[in-house]
Amino acid sequence: MSITTGAAPGEVGGDGVHLENIWKRFPGVIANAGAELHVRPGSVHAVLGENGAGKTTLMNVLAGVYRPDEGTVRLNGIEQNFNSPADALAAGVAMVHQEFRLIPTFTVAENVALGSSPVLVRKREIEQQVSELADRFGLQTTANREVWNLSMGERQRVEILKALWRDARVLILDEPTAVLTPDEADELGRIVATMAEDGRSIIFISHKLGEVTRFCDTATVLRGGATVASSMAVEHLDAANLAELMVGENTEVSQRRARVHPADLDTPVLTVADMRVLDSHGITSVDGVSLSIGTGEVVGVAGVAGNGQRPLADAIAGLVDSEEGSVVVAATDVSAVGPKDRIAAGLSYVPEDRLGVGLAPKLSVTENSMMRSYASVGRGPLIDRAAADAQCTELVDRYRVKVGGLHHAIAGLSGGNLQRLLVGRELATDPAVIIAAQPTRGLDVQGVRAIQDVLIDQAESGVGILLISEDLDELLALSDRIVVMVEGRIVAEFPGEEATRALVGQAMTGGA
Amino acid sequence: MNEVTVVGLLVDVVAFGLMLYLAALGELIAEKAGVLNLGVEGMMAVGGVAAFWSGTEFGSPVIGLIIAGIAGGLLSLIHALVAVVLGGDQVVSGLALTIFGLGLAAFAGKDYVSLPAVPQFGALPLGPLRELRIIGPVVFNQSWLAWFAVVLGLGTWFVLERTSIGLGLRAVGESAATADTAGRSVVRTRVIAVGVGGILAGFAGAYLTLNLAKGWSEGVTAGRGWIAVALVIFGAWRPGRTAVGALLFGGLLALEPRLQTFGVNISPILVSMLPYVLTIGVLIIFSIQSRRRPSVAPAAIGRAYRREER
Repeated sequence: MSITTGAAPGEVGGDGVHLENIWKRFPGVIANAGAELHVRPGSVHAVLGENGAGKTTLMNVLAGVYRPDEGTVRLNGIEQNFNSPADALAAGVAMVHQEFRLIPTFTVAENVALGSSPVLVRKREIEQQVSELADRFGLQTTANREVWNLSMGERQRVEILKALWRDARVLILDEPTAVLTPDEADELGRIVATMAEDGRSIIFISHKLGEVTRFCDTATVLRGGATVASSMAVEHLDAANLAELMVGENTEVSQRRARVHPADLDTPVLTVADMRVLDSHGITSVDGVSLSIGTGEVVGVAGVAGNGQRPLADAIAGLVDSEEGSVVVAATDVSAVGPKDRIAAGLSYVPEDRLGVGLAPKLSVTENSMMRSYASVGRGPLIDRAAADAQCTELVDRYRVKVGGLHHAIAGLSGGNLQRLLVGRELATDPAVIIAAQPTRGLDVQGVRAIQDVLIDQAESGVGILLISEDLDELLALSDRIVVMVEGRIVAEFPGEEATRALVGQAMTGGA
Repeated sequence: MNEVTVVGLLVDVVAFGLMLYLAALGELIAEKAGVLNLGVEGMMAVGGVAAFWSGTEFGSPVIGLIIAGIAGGLLSLIHALVAVVLGGDQVVSGLALTIFGLGLAAFAGKDYVSLPAVPQFGALPLGPLRELRIIGPVVFNQSWLAWFAVVLGLGTWFVLERTSIGLGLRAVGESAATADTAGRSVVRTRVIAVGVGGILAGFAGAYLTLNLAKGWSEGVTAGRGWIAVALVIFGAWRPGRTAVGALLFGGLLALEPRLQTFGVNISPILVSMLPYVLTIGVLIIFSIQSRRRPSVAPAAIGRAYRREER
């Protein structure tokens, strides 16, 4: 060491990652609008943003999955033109996706060696090499174990090993802590620091302020596909300014929808107490949620995607089992019964996954419309087609579903029409309470308006509504009350008239 | 039952078993790469008639074998095109291949029905070993194609378990997307695996018409291609276990025509059912096991792969 240049040891031999003026358009959506990102070698860099802010698209550009429409990608000063993830990997960029790409029946060593191995594979030798590599970076693993035995945290370490095996200099981790227990997350923090000390650039996609300030050095914040803060030191981040950066200084107050009949909170139509739900990996996804919805009340659930909203809705509807807790629908305790009896008790569910759970794409409009109510159009075991068509016609007229014909497959309908058909069908049973999960996602302005009108009409007539949405403006416009979910818990609650984007946004990012 | 009868039976057990093994190895390779090919019966029939024709024409079983391999391989490329390259349904395409192959073989072979036998695959020059009691005829006097089947079995195991190519092939059969991101070509791997499977089914057909049936007739394959498909499941997609299963199923094939001469009063139809009954039994055991661990079957089997695009 003769001359101090101010550079960290890892910076020798390159100036890291530079993405400049990246534009990426998809049909109907601009995912990236002039985004930029600069990451020094030897640093852990957070990329923050709401869902739909363009984080994943930007990372996919860097990882060679997408080609940008405009803009440049430079690594260590050399402009890159990736045509595939393989190109990016060859240039030293690896990405660990949220869904792991591992083969369960292969051992850890085999999964790692799949990326590059000599012609003859000597198992012992490869296992030895993988173990050595793991030890070097403090990744605890057993090279000869088959992956299906491993916990999610261990599987993630195998993914990181795969990148290190290919000697990736830039490692992108897409929301890496989402599948981890808190202990495993801390462990990951240590591993990431070790890799950075080795001179690698780590890009850490997250929306959790706490872990960003603990694990990362610098941060870039995206909003609406553009970079709103570039390479700021994480010391300067706090809950308030992060929320402002992520959701924007939207001074314009969302127009609250006027209500004639106020909600009656004394007669709840849905009461959920101490609900706890485990996901398929045994990790707690809903952690002791209690909430109550009054007659004609709209309760909005805000939160960044993946913080327990969907399992909460599924568990209330009875589609997944809850470990603990009770559900009371209009004075009937339905905790121990399945979805069918919950519907009978007055619960209705408009699921998030319209074509997956709500509707059968290849069946006709009539067939889809009567799925909830075979009995009303049945003659014994047979279906009265004329009655079914009549019932469907009424539904289609009332909710203004534009269809080519009642007997056409619904696969050809637009998103808005599908959603009106689904909502109409769910409301035909005269429910006491509706769970509406992302009811307007993917719809155009008119479609959004039509669905919101239906929901407000229902609330006016005394139906309780649990509205789960990622669209803050929608929640602010419709809700009598907004609760915020973070990591499966309700962390904040705001009366509708007091809630603002800033307040709710701050609670969503865990700024407490 | 004297020694001659028992030895005659054992010779056939090994010969039938290894004939099945050739076809099953081919199917195993394709399935390990994630492609179910139900066209084995058709490819065997076409291989059989091709071997019989070319063996007669050129008077050489080696040429017969090569032509049979080419015929089986070419036929399998139809399956590779439809089910791998174009991403069509593997079950439908494979069944179509069997029906087409059987028809093609019957048409091509109509002039060869009941013609006298052609040159066979001979034994290896193992000298005095061939003269040994019982194991001489049962093991050392088998045709060289039988030995070749054993070598292919060992080679398949080695390639699958000990080489980078095998690692990639198994990865393609377990999770095509994972293999793709690791830089392995899914389509190329699968097309080659299906092609090799077709060549081996053609070899099995040649073995059948030249050495075992000693002639061509329509329906000479008699469902043996299907037994080979069942055998892969019975052998848990492992070359070694499949070899054991091949001898067991081969034993049943050899036993079937002899039952009456042995004075056993069991319908041969019941015996010909046994391979499938055993396979169903093994499938039940696998299903119970797979509640605790991932299935032994390649996870991506039957699924076409298309790279995700947005």
